Amino acid sequence: MNHGSGIATLRAWLQKLVAPIDGPLMLVAGLLVLLAVGVMGSASPDRINAQLINVAIALVVMRVLAQIPPQRLMHLAVPIYVVGVLLLIAVALFGDVSKGARRWLNLGFMRAQPSELMKIAMPLILAWFFQQREAMPRLRDYGIAAALLLLPVGLIARQPDLGTAILVLAAGFYVIFFAGLSWKIIIGMAVSAIAAAPLAWNLLHDYQRNRIITLFDPEKDPLGKGFHIIQSTIAIGSGGLFGKGWRGGTQAQLEFIPERHTDFIFAVFSEEFGLFGNLLLLVLYALLIGRGLMIAANAATLFSRLLAGAVTMIFFTYAFVNMGMVSGILPVVGVPLPLVSYGGTALVTLFIGIGILMSIHGNRMLVQK
Amino acid sequence: MEFKNPQQELERFRSRLAVAGGLVLLCFTILFLRFVWLQVVQHDYYQTRAEDNRISLVPIVPNRGLIVDRNGAVLARNYSGYTLEITPSRAGNLDQAIDGLAEIIEVEAKDRKRFKKLLDESKNFESLPIRTRLSDEEVARFIAHRYRFPGVEIKARLFRQYPGGAFASHILGYIGRINDRDLEKIEEREDEANYRGTDHFGKTGLELRYEFDLHGISGHEQVEVDAGGRAVRTLTHTPPIAGNQLTLTVDAELQRIAEQAFGDRKGSLVAIEPTTGGILAMVSVPNYDPNMFVDGIDTQNWRELNESPNKPMVNRALNGAYPPGSTFKPFMALAALELGKRRPEQAISDPGFFNFGGHHFRDDKKGGHGMVDMYKSIVHSCDTYYYMLANDMGIDNIAAFMGRLGLGQRTGIDIDGESEGVLPSQEWKKKRFRKPEQQKWYAGETISIGIGQGYNAYTPIQLAQATATLANNGVMFRPHLVKYVTDTRTGEKRLVEPEPLRDLQLKPAHVEVIRNAMVGVNKEGTGARAFAGAEYVSAGKTGTAQVFSYKGAEHKTESMAAHLRDHALFIAFAPADKPTIALAVLVENGGFGAQAAAPIARQVLDYYLLGKRPKAPALPDDAAVERDEE
Repeated sequence: MNHGSGIATLRAWLQKLVAPIDGPLMLVAGLLVLLAVGVMGSASPDRINAQLINVAIALVVMRVLAQIPPQRLMHLAVPIYVVGVLLLIAVALFGDVSKGARRWLNLGFMRAQPSELMKIAMPLILAWFFQQREAMPRLRDYGIAAALLLLPVGLIARQPDLGTAILVLAAGFYVIFFAGLSWKIIIGMAVSAIAAAPLAWNLLHDYQRNRIITLFDPEKDPLGKGFHIIQSTIAIGSGGLFGKGWRGGTQAQLEFIPERHTDFIFAVFSEEFGLFGNLLLLVLYALLIGRGLMIAANAATLFSRLLAGAVTMIFFTYAFVNMGMVSGILPVVGVPLPLVSYGGTALVTLFIGIGILMSIHGNRMLVQK
Repeated sequence: MEFKNPQQELERFRSRLAVAGGLVLLCFTILFLRFVWLQVVQHDYYQTRAEDNRISLVPIVPNRGLIVDRNGAVLARNYSGYTLEITPSRAGNLDQAIDGLAEIIEVEAKDRKRFKKLLDESKNFESLPIRTRLSDEEVARFIAHRYRFPGVEIKARLFRQYPGGAFASHILGYIGRINDRDLEKIEEREDEANYRGTDHFGKTGLELRYEFDLHGISGHEQVEVDAGGRAVRTLTHTPPIAGNQLTLTVDAELQRIAEQAFGDRKGSLVAIEPTTGGILAMVSVPNYDPNMFVDGIDTQNWRELNESPNKPMVNRALNGAYPPGSTFKPFMALAALELGKRRPEQAISDPGFFNFGGHHFRDDKKGGHGMVDMYKSIVHSCDTYYYMLANDMGIDNIAAFMGRLGLGQRTGIDIDGESEGVLPSQEWKKKRFRKPEQQKWYAGETISIGIGQGYNAYTPIQLAQATATLANNGVMFRPHLVKYVTDTRTGEKRLVEPEPLRDLQLKPAHVEVIRNAMVGVNKEGTGARAFAGAEYVSAGKTGTAQVFSYKGAEHKTESMAAHLRDHALFIAFAPADKPTIALAVLVENGGFGAQAAAPIARQVLDYYLLGKRPKAPALPDDAAVERDEE
């Protein structure tokens, strides 16, 4: 009896534990994380344990987020955003410089990278904003939204951290896009962006320009700036259809691939698992994104819809920009391969996103009832 | 505020989601197509690139062949040692890097100078030694600090070493770093692949002539390298094949005795085995230490060697052309016999001069030698006899005969860069001079040719070869230094066959007359003092060649500047009846041949024939030269 009730208690507790977790989303994310551990075992075996700890922390955070109803999140949107922007300003004023960029804020007990926070804070605040204007938003509202977006993006780009700036910009843009920004304006912006490109060119840092130049002609500087891209495309190309097998990638094992456990881990994977491995990876991401879009489609409130849509598209942005840069069709910006690259911060951010999606999914019926 | 239609709004949102989903599919399709392009279409190309990345072919330089003397004494060998090398293109600020290195291991000013010189001569991506012969401790110290010095490496290399130092340096020559001219030679042979890992190339002497024998065949190793270029593991290993060994005809002991016999004098000695043309000793002093060139010579030493008035870099045996002086007389006499211009017993009366067109050609001995036949003309070196003989023979007859003896022609010895010397003739003069009045040969010019003066200028090796030919009854061999080449792979010895150049078809009776007279020189003539008490019968002839002509005046050697003093010469062969060695000695500004050159020949012959070692150099240092009958 006692024994049986113990099991029952455990089962109840487990049920409670898994209740907010969305099965399909968890399955796909879990597969990606497993795959990540496998690739890490080839790219940098020493880091497997650390990455497993990162995964554990991220899962806890996800589970916590999954239980927080969207309503509560909405209330947090403004404080988080304000704190985020203040921290970014603090970074600009007092931040630590590392590798030529001012990205870190030393809080005494820890070093924080506030720009990472913005990846979540941005969709939150904009979704909150459009929720306030639940009526057909006017053009003026889009203007305010754009200002909310561009202030932190500008601060991040100045650090400089082009990768994060692009991700935050994209996250905000997705909200605005899903909120119904008219196509005319979108196309108009695209055209003016192209027109403004020469101007933007002048504002870029030298290393950013070099990355773009290198993208178009990596062979020009094979031992310098082009080295990363040349070596990663060689890794991918030499992988062929089936790859060279786990730990069989010469490019990876002989250290021709730079940053092979972080931003360029896709090159390692692609070399060792080939086109079929790549296809599997694309399918997993597509399933993850598809599930996220489905959750967005069925979300209860405008806030949760916009948030779910934007968070989902952040995954896409990560995946596309990372694979695009490693395979040499996009400039090299510091964007990790989502759920696969080594690094705790990005992993936690992404699992916060997944947790939010799960929360939205779990609360899809509540308000409508 | 507009009317709100949640359903319509939801529809629009969902259509936007569909657009986003379409974007995702489109972008993923683009990625997939990119992967197909890289991994299927371009796969072979990238496969090759990855292999190229991975595998590096590292040449293994073969051991350079040894050079040993006829008895196996080692004259040139190799030793392995560590060098500290800098690749300028990768080292950043060179001066800073070298200053930094100097804090860890000793870098002397001469190391810096040598490095600078190498840097000027080389391409930026070559790795150049800043220090050679590092001790184990220095190697360890550098390795501990290695991370501070990009482009600086320790390399284990084989070095050429000439254990005798300056000994026989003009025979051996030296090796130095490969330059553009050397590269051309390598390319001509299409031997580039074999030289891929090689830094050094023979520059002079045997090292140059036998470069492609000595070099050997490079081996190679396929190694897997990482992005830093460090070898991770070896895939295949093909060992190199060491260079072939040269065994010389030279007798190192004889060479040593000959070099030492010169003391601190300048000059040359060439000793040849008459029956083969094999060179037994070839001296040119002063010489230089070829070891200096192996690591790359520094500018200061290079300048000193090149600018020294003693010209240590010039191989006098092959490149010094000197008038033969009276050593020319036996050949003149032989020519007279062969051409029927004189009989041995035919005597002239010598008044102490020869009158030609009102000009008196003086004899060395005032008042003359009295009645002089051929024997006496050689034994006592009578000038008047040869003034008259030259006049009777005419320049073209002399030139034709001497030419067949090899004078004024390259002997074809197996070292590059031999000089021709000057065999004067009407034709030579026409070629040599531009103005018509200079081109004409005057009969008066023939007179002094007879005593080995005038335009005559021959290299010591030519004189030695002519002497050897005489000793060998007119059969001439090409002089050579290498006896055989040992193929390292097969152990097979490739003999350098004695190569008879020509047979002068001399009448034995004529040769006998000359031999007899030359034996007389060492017995009762100008060579008698030097050869007093010799336990073998030798044939010789002294000679003194004027560096500077004092017209009419009697020149006093003591008061003359050293570099204007006469050159002393001596030719000899022994044993006279069956010669095993023939030689020519030249002492620059030595004064009289009998005094300065003959004693050197005596020491060489004593050792070669009797194994007797001299107790002191043949010549007291720069002795005041007494005048002797010559």
